[in-house]
Amino acid sequence: MKNIKFNYFKNLSLVFLMLGLIIGCDRDISDDAALASFPNTAEIFTDNPVGLTDDFFISFDPVEGANTEGFGTDDNEAYQGTSSIRIEVPAPNDPNGGFIGGIFKDRGEGRDLTQYDALTFWAKGSLTATVGLVGFGTDFEEDKYAVGLENIQLSTDWRKYTVPIPDASKLTQEKGMFIFSAGTQSTNGLGYTLWIDELRFENLGTIAQPRPVILNGQDLVQQSFTGSSIPLSGFTQTFNIESGDNVTVQTAPSYFDFVSSDTSVALVNELGVVSVVGSGTATITASISSVLANGSLEVTSTGALPTAPVPTLAQSNVKSIFSDAYTIDTSSEFSPDFGGSTTQATVVTSNNDSVLIYTNNNFTGIIFDNTVDASALSFMHVDVYVQQAGVQVEFQIRDIGANGEINTNIFTGQPEGDDADRRFTASGVTVNGWNSFDIPLNGAIANQKNNLGAIILAGGPNFILDNIYFYTP
Amino acid sequence: MNNIYNKTSIRIVFKSVAVVSFLMMASCDPDETQTVAEFNNLVMQDEFDVEGAPNSALWTYDIGTGPGNDGWGNNELQYYTDRTENVTVENGYLLITAKEEAFNGSNYTSARIKTEGLFEQAYGRFEARIKVPYGKGYWPAFWLLGNDCDQNAWPQCGEIDIMEYLGDQPTTVFGSAHGPGYSAGNAITKEYVLENDRFDTGFHVFGIEWAPDYINYYVDDVLYQQITREDVFEETDGQGEWVFDQPFYIILNVAIGGNLPGAPNAETVFPQTMLVDYVRVYQP
Repeated sequence: MKNIKFNYFKNLSLVFLMLGLIIGCDRDISDDAALASFPNTAEIFTDNPVGLTDDFFISFDPVEGANTEGFGTDDNEAYQGTSSIRIEVPAPNDPNGGFIGGIFKDRGEGRDLTQYDALTFWAKGSLTATVGLVGFGTDFEEDKYAVGLENIQLSTDWRKYTVPIPDASKLTQEKGMFIFSAGTQSTNGLGYTLWIDELRFENLGTIAQPRPVILNGQDLVQQSFTGSSIPLSGFTQTFNIESGDNVTVQTAPSYFDFVSSDTSVALVNELGVVSVVGSGTATITASISSVLANGSLEVTSTGALPTAPVPTLAQSNVKSIFSDAYTIDTSSEFSPDFGGSTTQATVVTSNNDSVLIYTNNNFTGIIFDNTVDASALSFMHVDVYVQQAGVQVEFQIRDIGANGEINTNIFTGQPEGDDADRRFTASGVTVNGWNSFDIPLNGAIANQKNNLGAIILAGGPNFILDNIYFYTP
Repeated sequence: MNNIYNKTSIRIVFKSVAVVSFLMMASCDPDETQTVAEFNNLVMQDEFDVEGAPNSALWTYDIGTGPGNDGWGNNELQYYTDRTENVTVENGYLLITAKEEAFNGSNYTSARIKTEGLFEQAYGRFEARIKVPYGKGYWPAFWLLGNDCDQNAWPQCGEIDIMEYLGDQPTTVFGSAHGPGYSAGNAITKEYVLENDRFDTGFHVFGIEWAPDYINYYVDDVLYQQITREDVFEETDGQGEWVFDQPFYIILNVAIGGNLPGAPNAETVFPQTMLVDYVRVYQP
């Protein structure tokens, strides 16, 4: 089942990351400059689209599975007036696409929304389904002020929904009027109809008690290196609304004002990307409209990270997991979110060289998106860098067997079922230098290495990895 | 402290607008004459301009969990103290702060101050400018109790709730009167809902104009309820008694939890503070 909203925000962060490298500094506008003002039309759809062209709806990409056939209007259903938006949410196996969603775009110059505090609409469903995402600020251009409210619960009668604006003063020229994404995750694959009416921006006066959050509210401590950049994440804004309920929206980083406690160590741009520029320690904090956000990042740089030894083997001898020297054999999940894991894994790139930085590790893993057939290969290579004496890292190279699943005894941590693993502990590691290890694919996986699915990492707790690949000499 | 009289929770059955407007019309005298009192003679005021503990010539404290250790008759969860962290005057405001902390067997602390024995008055205009907290479980109030509750057990001594508010309904306050035959869940009460605004984001004036024949309730400049002797009679099928002719004293408090608001939930933010800009009392 496709979870589009997740992909969507992931893609956003990629875009932000790229933009972050381009955009430099902000300057306040001179008092003498006259600001151009744009229409402040509140309505988006009442009985017709308001102030929008006929092709205001832009679907998500059908290549990603978006169904472009199910969007229209309904003259027999309306909360008010004569017509509503009618969305047929498809079953996952629908040949036209297994989910539906997209944006309503102002194809003109954009609107001035600074006088409003919320997007509101009325909706109902033919089933009491959950709609994965509604919001605004996504225009398929910069998506700079994207806001998303996740998992709204439909009723079979009309109900009003409120999506608070994190900071309306930013929205002087917004083109992203509405976004939605709906699938059948909540209905066991049963398609349903979603009606939306009276879609507009409002100044409710009851959107209150803002509580912004970065990094999901955590105070993180991160080891990094001069020249690297770290994208922040976990941005939300919470308001208490008229009903007394707290509503939390996913909030684009551009709503936040970021501050670095030491700009000779770290800078942070308006897209929430931290650039480490010198040695020392800096704390990154953020706020929206002068309200300090929960969560912070303390980043420490000891200078530039030396480059790991450049691999010399030919690509044809190698199936790579993580290395700038080789084309990867499979993509991988580096933050698998194991229950009980305290690990923070970050891909940090400087001078076109990416490394994997692990902080506060107890156990985590590199989970391959596709299994690796290492039948013809005999070693795994990894480069390890540590900054404290005595650090040991255990690598558990896991063959996950024909069933394609990681089967682990939850009491012993040992592989079970059709799984097998090879365990190797990197110890005696030289501090502040790269240490190369070549681990023979022998032991329990000597004759079962055609479905390698993961590398489990235990111990540390702080270390850096590079050039992880399977090879034959 | 032998005052066992507690603000008792109200299971509010709000009157419909139609009924209320009927009552307000019905309250006019048949001969079309109406006494309109002018309450312009300021007789007591605390502007909270002196930093530190509230003026001891005017305010005293209720401490603890109530004489019956039953959360002041309502299963409220807080322990009232007179500590600075729960009640103080700062920057021109009285601050009553509710905290989540283990204290003498309770999980929350807060404060409740009163003018009992220090300022008591029958009739007049009582008003305060207040900003309240928000979130499930908060139950701040500005209210009056009759000063003879020692002799005439509540509700015979009377209670006038000028402002009560529940933190999970941030746009709503309610005003009530309690007496024999119409107390607790059967008090005479009405709510007032702000349009496009809330009570936890700014100050609002809560007041009553109390005369021998009626109590008018207002928020800011909006009169939203009048309770008359006739209302007391009609609301209680002739069983109720008007008990608002003796001096009453003022109470300001922030309760946490209890029968009416329910307990705080995981999203309720602590600590939070009720700010009082002033309390003023006028006589006709």
